[in-house]
This record gives sequence, C-alpha cells and structure tokens, in this order.
Amino acid sequence: MRKVGVIGAGMTLFRRRLQETPKELCYEAARMALDSAGLGLADVDAVVSGSAPDAFDGVHMKGEYFLDGCGGYRKPYMRVFTGGGTGVFSTIAGWWHVASGLADVALVVNEEKMSSCQPHPQSVFAHIWDPILDRPLRPNLIWIFAMEMNRYMTVHKIRKEDIARVAVKNKRNAVAHPCAQLADPNITVDDVLNSEVMAWPVQRLDISPPSDGASAVVLASDAFIRRRRIKDRAWISGVGWCIDSTMWTDRDLVFPEYVARAAKMAYKMAKIQDPRREIDFSEPYDPFDYKELHHLEGLLLAKKGEAPKLTREGVTERDGDQPACPSGGLMGVGNPIAATMGIKVGELFWQLTGQAGKRQIPREVRTGVTQAWGDLMQYSCVVVMRA
Amino acid sequence: MGGPHAVQLCRGDAGMTSRVKKWPGTPIDSEDLLEGRVTTVRFRPEAKYAWSAGEAMSRFLEELQRGRFVARTCVGCRRVLFPPRMFCERCFRPTDAWTTIRDTGTIETFSVSYLDRDARRIRDPILVGVVSLDGASPGMGMMHYFGEMTPQQIHIGMRVQAAWRPPEERRGSVLDVAYFRPLREGDG
Repeated sequence: MRKVGVIGAGMTLFRRRLQETPKELCYEAARMALDSAGLGLADVDAVVSGSAPDAFDGVHMKGEYFLDGCGGYRKPYMRVFTGGGTGVFSTIAGWWHVASGLADVALVVNEEKMSSCQPHPQSVFAHIWDPILDRPLRPNLIWIFAMEMNRYMTVHKIRKEDIARVAVKNKRNAVAHPCAQLADPNITVDDVLNSEVMAWPVQRLDISPPSDGASAVVLASDAFIRRRRIKDRAWISGVGWCIDSTMWTDRDLVFPEYVARAAKMAYKMAKIQDPRREIDFSEPYDPFDYKELHHLEGLLLAKKGEAPKLTREGVTERDGDQPACPSGGLMGVGNPIAATMGIKVGELFWQLTGQAGKRQIPREVRTGVTQAWGDLMQYSCVVVMRA
Repeated sequence: MGGPHAVQLCRGDAGMTSRVKKWPGTPIDSEDLLEGRVTTVRFRPEAKYAWSAGEAMSRFLEELQRGRFVARTCVGCRRVLFPPRMFCERCFRPTDAWTTIRDTGTIETFSVSYLDRDARRIRDPILVGVVSLDGASPGMGMMHYFGEMTPQQIHIGMRVQAAWRPPEERRGSVLDVAYFRPLREGDG
C-alpha cells in the first residue's frame, strides 16, 4: 500500500439554515480545499463524496445530484454512506483510492443540508428504525441516546455534571472556530443541568444542533507530495471500521465494542501499541456530550468508566495532556452529519500542520486520532494521522 | 458565489484558519423561509409502504396475538435468540428450533421522554426503554413502553412483566403488549 497524506482542507460555515444549495455548498468546500493544497481540479484523479440519508435533502441519488459541486464531473466518482459515520468514512474511501495506486490525488467532499426537511429533520430520522419491531412504538431518535446515556451513567455511577462538562468544554473550544454555530464563551455546567429536559437524561444542551454545511479534504500519494514539494501535509497512518448488528436491544450499551474493534484495526496499521501514550490528541465523535466520553473509552484512550474523570481533571482541555475535540466538536461547531469531516479529519490536518490558528494546541502534536459513529448505535470508523 | 476565496496556503504559510477572511455560507432563519424572503420550492412526497414481515417475524407476531413471546435457538453458539431470526448472525448458519420464552424480564435501560417522534414537546412523559426477557440469552430483549410506575420509581434492574391487551384487541403487532408493568410479588 502507498503512503497517503492529507494536503488540503476546506469547509463552509455550519448553520441551522444556509441559503446555498447542496451543490453550491459542495463547490465552496471543495474549492477551498483545492486552493489550500495549491491544486486545480485537473490534478484530481478521483472524487469521493459522503452524505447522510437522502431523506434530509428530499432528493434520492443525492451523490449524483451534487456531484458537479464535488468536482466529480467526468471523473471516477462515488458516494459513500455509513450513517453518522460518513463524516470520517469518506476519507477512508478516499484513502483506499490513493493507497491502492488507482489515484495519485483524491478529492473527498461531504455535504449535509438538514434544514430542507420540514418541520424538523427528526421526522425522517424515524425511518431508521426497524419497521416491524420498533416503528409501531413511534420512537424518537433522541430516545436511543437517552437509553444509551442512562445505561452508561448508571453502570459506571457517573454524575450528570461530569457529562455536562463535555458540553461546556466543546462549546467554549468552538469560540475559536470561525465556522461555529453554537459557540458560547460563558456557558457553565449549571446552564447545561438547568436546560430543558428532552428525554431524560438528555437535556437540550447535551445535544448538538442539526446544521447545514459542507467540508472537503484533498488526499495525495507520497510520490505526488514529494514531486509537488507540498509542505503542509499530514499522513494517514491507520484506518479502521467495524459494524455491529441493527438488533441493538441484544447488546449492552454501556461500552461500544465496535468502536474498540475499529480502533484496534487502525492502531495495528499505525503500529500504535499504547494509544494513551502514543496519541497526542483526539477528535472523537460528539453528537451528544456523553458520546465523547463513550468514544474516548471505545478508542482505548480512557479506561471503561474513567473518561468523565479525565474531563473533570482538565486532561481533555485544549491545553491538557490529552486534548479531545480541540475544534469545538459537533457540540460547539455544529452537526451537519457527514460534513462534520471538517471538524474531524479537517481538524487533525490543521492541528498537525500548525494551521489551526486560535484553536492550535499549545504544544507540539505529532499524532492524532479521529472517529465517527452512526447507524443504529452500531457503526464506527477511525483514522489515525501523523505530522 | 465566491471565486477562489482561500488564499494559496501551501508551502509553510501558517494558520489557514486565521488567513481565510470569509468562510463561505449565507445563514438564513426559518422566518426567511416561511415568509418568502428567500426563494423556495416545495414538495410533499406521497410515500406509502407495506412490508412483508418475513419468516421469523411473521411467527413472532402471530404468537404475540396468543399472548406469547417466541425465540429461536442456535446449537452453534447455544444462544436463545430474541428477537427471533431464521439464521444466526454469529455462526452464520440456520437457527434450529422455536422456543417459547417468558413475558417477564428486567429493565436494561430507559428514558423519560418529553418528546414525541417529530421532536414536539409533550407534557406527560413517555417511559420507554429496553427490557431483556427471561428465557432468552442474557441481555437479549426489545424496546417497549413502561407503565403503572412513575418516573421516580422506574430504574435499571427493575423486574417487569408484559401487560397484554385483551385478546380481541390484539392485531399481531408489538403493540399487542400495551407496556411492561412492575412484576408483582408472587408473579412470574
């Protein structure tokens, strides 16, 4: 397999509603990523796009619909979809295009426009449930998060305020992100604990918002990077992904085993034996505050039940020993599902090349890991990157 | 639409996020949409479905009408699989036999929901969660409602029993169980 580097990234604002069409958003993100790499579309051999369910946009063949904006016109092109995991998975799909030798340069563009769906994208989230077993109960998507969070809190005896600290950290981190939707420099743990109860234990400020947005990254082979003398690059040194059954009522929700399996696959490829010592920072998937904790444990960056302690002690702050979500995460920057690539893979690229501006971790970072999560609490993908 | 808006940033030009002056995207709010301040095109899909329930679920739904839960056994992994399935995803072979399990179980997790499925607020909360059923392999169960208990009483580990609808009201649906209620002393 060939060595693959990320050489450019771009993203749009994340907002509840953007005026631009999916195609226009894709174009903006893709153009920025190519500009930042110093490349034109003619340099791109293959294009991969990622987007979550078609029902949000109300357009089937969504990948085909916005491909012009992705730069896919008359090129080898594909769209990938792994639910909420798409935000990191499309980069893995781009990676295999280049690692295999099929392409020297692959452009990866992710888009999500959740505002088109009226009155609220929740109504199409209902379509993910099993039609026979689950749907007659008229489930709300927030229920599964509430059930998983409750199981995690109860088994490990975690206090709600220790979960709320994640929301506070990420919404404060997001103040330094120019695209952030829900940054708040003054938010406190009490604000989270006093926010409206949606589905206990989930309260309003435990949740990331639905958003519109797009993001893009450019991947290239080491030969191309050398030939073009590209200095700003971060290497993809490990990838992994894993899925469990949709029969989610058959497994203990306290620990995401499939995340650990995906992480072990990526760590093996990256030759990482002790993730807690060898990984400098992480961008775990944080659509809800407890998910960051759950995923830090799944990524083997914290022992089972101990991620809240790391948060309480400041270890995961941007200036801590093991920063998590220095971007501000989905909790602070926003959650346009697949487009969160900009704050996951994109953030790793910007941090590892020293381009994160006010978000830059205030010490040298050489190895980062990012992860996304999706489907019916069953899927995860992991990417390890090195400076 | 912007032209190439990101300055050329490669070759050691540090700080992309501070160099980009205008990040693309034009925020609008819901009033802009509803009051026609931005151009919109509307569409309401007419999508209707009839799902064949398949081999395992058809038998499962029939048995619900008789007031029973059924599972499938697999001699490969020695599990009693619930919800029942015709093949074992672990052994990747056909499952072996039908077996009736009990209508009592344990609350594995739950939520007290103030939201309906369209994220609309409701005043009286729905108690919902996962119940693992006695007789199935450990931890195997289903999502359902809980009733005859308050949000203060419900807890993980609570023993519960199915509250079946009267036989004439059963339709071959998971809703043939109205909810799970606390298991009373001497029951089950």
